[in-house]
Amino acid sequence: MQELSVRHLLGIKDITPQDIQLIFETADNFKDVLNRPIKKVPSLRDITIANVFFENSTRTRLSFELAEKRLSADVINFSSSSSSVKKGETLLDTVNNILAMKVDMIVMRHSSPGAPHFLSKHIPANIVNAGDGTHEHPTQALLDSFSIRERLGEVAGKKVVIIGDILHSRVALSNIFALQKQGAEVMVCGPITLLPKYIKELGVKVETNVRKALEWCDVANVLRIQLERQQMKYFPSLREYTLYYGIDKKMLDSLNKEIVLMHPGPINRGVELSSDAADSHHSIILSQVENGVAVRMAVLYLLAQKG
Amino acid sequence: MQKRLIVNHQLLEIMVMRLCHQLIENHGDFNDSVILGLQPRGRFVAQRIQSTLATILGKQVPTGLLDTTFHRDDFRRRETPITANATKINFLVEGKKVILVDDVLFTGRSVRAALDAMIAYGRPASVELLVLIDRLYTRHLPIQPTYVGHQVNSLQSQRVLVEWKEQQAEEDAIWLITKTEE
Repeated sequence: MQELSVRHLLGIKDITPQDIQLIFETADNFKDVLNRPIKKVPSLRDITIANVFFENSTRTRLSFELAEKRLSADVINFSSSSSSVKKGETLLDTVNNILAMKVDMIVMRHSSPGAPHFLSKHIPANIVNAGDGTHEHPTQALLDSFSIRERLGEVAGKKVVIIGDILHSRVALSNIFALQKQGAEVMVCGPITLLPKYIKELGVKVETNVRKALEWCDVANVLRIQLERQQMKYFPSLREYTLYYGIDKKMLDSLNKEIVLMHPGPINRGVELSSDAADSHHSIILSQVENGVAVRMAVLYLLAQKG
Repeated sequence: MQKRLIVNHQLLEIMVMRLCHQLIENHGDFNDSVILGLQPRGRFVAQRIQSTLATILGKQVPTGLLDTTFHRDDFRRRETPITANATKINFLVEGKKVILVDDVLFTGRSVRAALDAMIAYGRPASVELLVLIDRLYTRHLPIQPTYVGHQVNSLQSQRVLVEWKEQQAEEDAIWLITKTEE
């Protein structure tokens, strides 16, 4: 008999290795459910979940919505672009209005780091952080580790490099916490302008040469270069980034070893990953998407038990 | 805690053998029949039934494991959460005669959940229920077993424990446990 040590999933920093293990074991069972002829269980049929997205998202919201529907929860979607937030309503008022409609759980994405932490102190519902600014994206990190475990058998002892825009990435931070809690070695790799100054304090290796990073690792998790930030001069040009940090099939083949290639999506084909690398046998990108639903089902199911 | 032996290993062996012969009467060569053991404790009964049938019939009857955790009606109502178990069904349930197998039938709620969970794998031709122990007068739902090893009249506060060698017990046995106040 096990349960999560937390009432909310605000970040990987707050949960224990045992929590991660429990989420993975539950996700294994949900993955089995997703491969049945009837891909639905009635576990959350008396629960209403609101997906509150103050920032645009397609795949994360779809993945959560599908996970909620597979668990038979009632789902409502809220996006700030077409809401009263535009009229000046506060975050707390917006969420309290949603809760007044008898909503039990909130899945929230917000551009401000710490927004779900703030909310958790003021409202009674369970909260799942679906990304808060450049801070954390816990379910993405969990599904990434789950996918590594699925491909390599275990996460402990594996060498994982996170490549790209570490500075602006919530995926990177949550991944570092998740991988370290499971006993993996973590390296970050990218242009020096995209590596935060504090990064070594998190106990990770730092590398600026992508080839050296790939030679070191068992798993390469390649992050998206956010094209909108390209104008902010973190690196001279996209073409130069691709030249120094882009990964293609030729480079992977020249390593003379098997590595696992991951990407949280959406991929800029031809920028951080070439098409032949993204579609190669090294890549588990589509497994990550599939596992995302199972892992999010597990998180929602286990948090619902905590009332 | 008082622990009273209600079925010893010899009687349990005879019970399993008798249940297998009853199954053969209804299912013949088992060409259209499959066994589903309910997780977690029904798996040991199902495996024992399968191996005994194999010695009698000389063939392995398809046997799977069905977990009902996500289909239970007491989710969020229990004091302690239930951890899910693996479901392993490597055959089609569609159109088959399904024999659900569990160790103890108490309120009937697990069996209700099992019927719900099983439907996700297809529409069976028929469903029967086999239990080692039928606790009388304790049902919350109108569910009755087709095959019964032994009937027990017990109090709500009592518990029936089935122990198997496979679970590192000294020998197979079924106990009636009564909690006594210290």
